[in-house]
Amino acid sequence: MRRIIAIVLLTIVVLGIALSLTEVPFGTPKTHVGDYYVKEGVKETGAVNIVTSVVLNYRGFDTLGEVTVLFIATIGLGALLTTHKERKKKRDVMPASLILSTGCRFLFPLLLIFGIYIIIHGHLSPGGGFQGGAIIASAFLLTYLGCQGVRISERRSKLTESLGGLVFVIVGVLGLIFGGYFLLNFLPKGTPFSLLSAGIIPIIYVAIGFKVGSELVSVIDNLMEGST
Amino acid sequence: MIYYIGAFGLVFIGLYIILTKRNLIKVIIGLNILDTGVNLFLISVGYVREGTAPIFSRGSGQVLMVDPVPQALVLTSIVIGVAVLALALSLAIMLHKHYGTLNLQKVKEQKW
Repeated sequence: MRRIIAIVLLTIVVLGIALSLTEVPFGTPKTHVGDYYVKEGVKETGAVNIVTSVVLNYRGFDTLGEVTVLFIATIGLGALLTTHKERKKKRDVMPASLILSTGCRFLFPLLLIFGIYIIIHGHLSPGGGFQGGAIIASAFLLTYLGCQGVRISERRSKLTESLGGLVFVIVGVLGLIFGGYFLLNFLPKGTPFSLLSAGIIPIIYVAIGFKVGSELVSVIDNLMEGST
Repeated sequence: MIYYIGAFGLVFIGLYIILTKRNLIKVIIGLNILDTGVNLFLISVGYVREGTAPIFSRGSGQVLMVDPVPQALVLTSIVIGVAVLALALSLAIMLHKHYGTLNLQKVKEQKW
């Protein structure tokens, strides 16, 4: 009964949206602002990756809010899961085999380097702070799963996270001081396609990379500890 | 067009799971499928026929590119999705610690 009602309800909802979508053609440019970003983006921001210039330059304030949402979710998760952390006795786990532990020790630095590469090339190629941060967090997840008993220091991850957020806000406020509005791209744009171009965009993306990486690592830490 | 159909298929599946399943973990999975469907829909709205990714490469003059604005929005949406997923999973863990079950029907029957 419940299933039938759900299916009928959903069919009505989805059909309604689909009918209104027949007015929207597929595969044609729709927003003027998108055209403008594609045409003028490189000239105005110096970043050849237009998505990055939209995320960090045209809509940088929005990204600050997004980072704040992730921060609040991490804090909420920590607060929920650590309220009664009755110091678990060490579980009896079988030590990982030699191949597993050696393999994850071998892969860990490679994953870190790949994550850092993705972060610092965010304005040149697909990628950026969020994606690279996720890759760095996956490196730590590998050590959590592969080498038992390894834990990150909670204070250090909090410090990295706060520093990342602080750099983002300070760069924004510097724009306010030098040019009159928040997150102004006050540094020289440089030549497109070179690593040191696009003004403040790489700086902010490195800060976001550190912040997202340490936040996701602390999420992993909390979930692995809280669920046992 | 097939992208619209796929996106709405995912939204349909996600909402159906949320409405009918009783296990909290399955509800969270449904929420995530719904999220994916919405992301796919936003991306496919911004698609321009024969357009490439909005990243310039050396020596390739003016080419037709897809709309970068939905892509930037979806980047935001994915991150928010991860945050929501992590928070929901931690709530599920707490619920299981408190009630000893993840079945929402049973949780409703117990008064505490």
